[in-house]
Amino acid sequence: MEYKGKAHVVGENIDTDAIIPARFLVTTDEAELGRHCMSGLEENWVSRVSKGDIMVAGENFGCGSSREHAPVAIKGAGIPVVIAHSFARIFYRNAFNTGLILLEVGDEYQKISDGEMLTVDTEKGTITTAEGVVISCSPVPSFMQEILDAGGLVGYVRKQIGAE
Amino acid sequence: MHRTIAEKILQSKTDQKITGPGQIVRCKLSLVLANDITAPLAIKSFREMGANKVFDKDKVVFVCDHFTPNKDIDSAEQVSVTRSFAQEMGITHYYEGGNCGIEHALLPEEGLVGPWDLVIGADSHTCTYGGIGAFSTGMGSTDIAAGMVLGENWFKVPPSIKVDLHGKMGKYVQGKDVILKLIGTIGVSGALYKALEFGGSGVDKMSIESRLTIANMAIEAGAKAGLFPADKKTLKYTRKAGRSDEEIKPDKFAMYESEIDMEIKGMAPQVALPHLPENVKGVDEVGELEIHQAVIGSCTNGRIEDMRQAADILRGRKVDKHVRCIIIPATPRVWSDCVHEGLMQVFIDAGAIISPPTCGPCLGGHMGILAKGERAISTTNRNFRGRMGSLDSEVILSNPAVAAASAVTGRVTDPRSL
Repeated sequence: MEYKGKAHVVGENIDTDAIIPARFLVTTDEAELGRHCMSGLEENWVSRVSKGDIMVAGENFGCGSSREHAPVAIKGAGIPVVIAHSFARIFYRNAFNTGLILLEVGDEYQKISDGEMLTVDTEKGTITTAEGVVISCSPVPSFMQEILDAGGLVGYVRKQIGAE
Repeated sequence: MHRTIAEKILQSKTDQKITGPGQIVRCKLSLVLANDITAPLAIKSFREMGANKVFDKDKVVFVCDHFTPNKDIDSAEQVSVTRSFAQEMGITHYYEGGNCGIEHALLPEEGLVGPWDLVIGADSHTCTYGGIGAFSTGMGSTDIAAGMVLGENWFKVPPSIKVDLHGKMGKYVQGKDVILKLIGTIGVSGALYKALEFGGSGVDKMSIESRLTIANMAIEAGAKAGLFPADKKTLKYTRKAGRSDEEIKPDKFAMYESEIDMEIKGMAPQVALPHLPENVKGVDEVGELEIHQAVIGSCTNGRIEDMRQAADILRGRKVDKHVRCIIIPATPRVWSDCVHEGLMQVFIDAGAIISPPTCGPCLGGHMGILAKGERAISTTNRNFRGRMGSLDSEVILSNPAVAAASAVTGRVTDPRSL
């Protein structure tokens, strides 16, 4: 699948309090959570985002809380893909379970500038910058692909229950 | 194969043969946990999965501890959703109100977790139970929903980092200082996706409370679990909670990805400065930093050992009049012990504010939110920017004795200097 969008570069160790502060955790509504996406980093951060834009980050993105509201808020803000040096473990699982695509690229993320247009091909595993730089990323592990193929963990479990 | 504690526990919960780190295994779960923030989302996923019953009504636990007693209508609705679901499913272990405490302090006390257990919780500090030899780890709500339905989930076998602790801790030094020092050394991503496995003579001498505190903050180094062997001291603790557990220790030639040696004798109390738990210094190196609030409590440091440490400092002293000193015994039992041991009177006489059990200020929920420009010293586990309130506020992490001493002087203070 191909995604095209403007890059929004954030820093290293972006924690789940930055992605969605605790005071907004009184709802499970994706759109409502999306309205407050990254407000722990900067008030109204989300106002600069257009649907389909891509978030780019440094090391350990999503560290902190287990709140699934974090990937849901990013999706709610209209961001389908996050590219980072690396991701925190719980956030990584949560993102796949809820259908947010994560691409881990190590130091290569530094080749992406804030505001530039990116083209992401998740099948080929490539990220192409406006200047034509191509960054490759690791493929999705096969067992996680199984979950994605079932439409996320909800679909995966549905299938399992149906089979039993 | 010579196994680490993590590998031993995972192996005991699966029919697949565990061959080493990186392998994906499906394991049976001992317990599945969620709280008032994460349960509603898990319940939503549970419904979407098309399930109509939980795998075992005795093994799904809901603890409404984050915004409770409910701070507003929205948070009350979340508890209401959780309560109705618990009633519908006939959940045995549902906690709200007077029987409720902070989940990671409550579950070990109630005997709901113990050695050899495999626990998943929709709360990142679920790793706390590693302090008593359980493999426990945080997951998100949808993973918890899958656990509630199937009674199993998948795990990637983690590589382990061995942390050998040597020596006995000095006065006003406890588990919190050990884990802060370690995070200061390896950084907030130093154990990403890995298990931290603690051992050495320092563990033998360490209280169960301190072990729980250390395991609690393993996640702050990115770890999937923080594990302690279950020794005689552990079994004595879990027996009190009504369990009959077996010891667990790693094999002698277990394979570790790396090993860290840490001398804890002579170590000063540690503090983590804003805005990351890895910004660690000895309290004696920090200098004069004014504080406006001191928080003593949370799943990290709200147990009776912590309350005793705080009372030790506050006895016969007064909290500085410009400081809000908030003390939160983590569970009804800790509350009751504080009353019986006379600690409550010490806190009241010192001018502290005593809260019912709640996560409250730890995550900026309620009961102690910081204004712009305010600085807190707190025994909680995270000092991310804006965690306890305004984006322009600051949180410094410490042990209970340091927090109490700082409440007395109004600035970050080494309790050994009082």
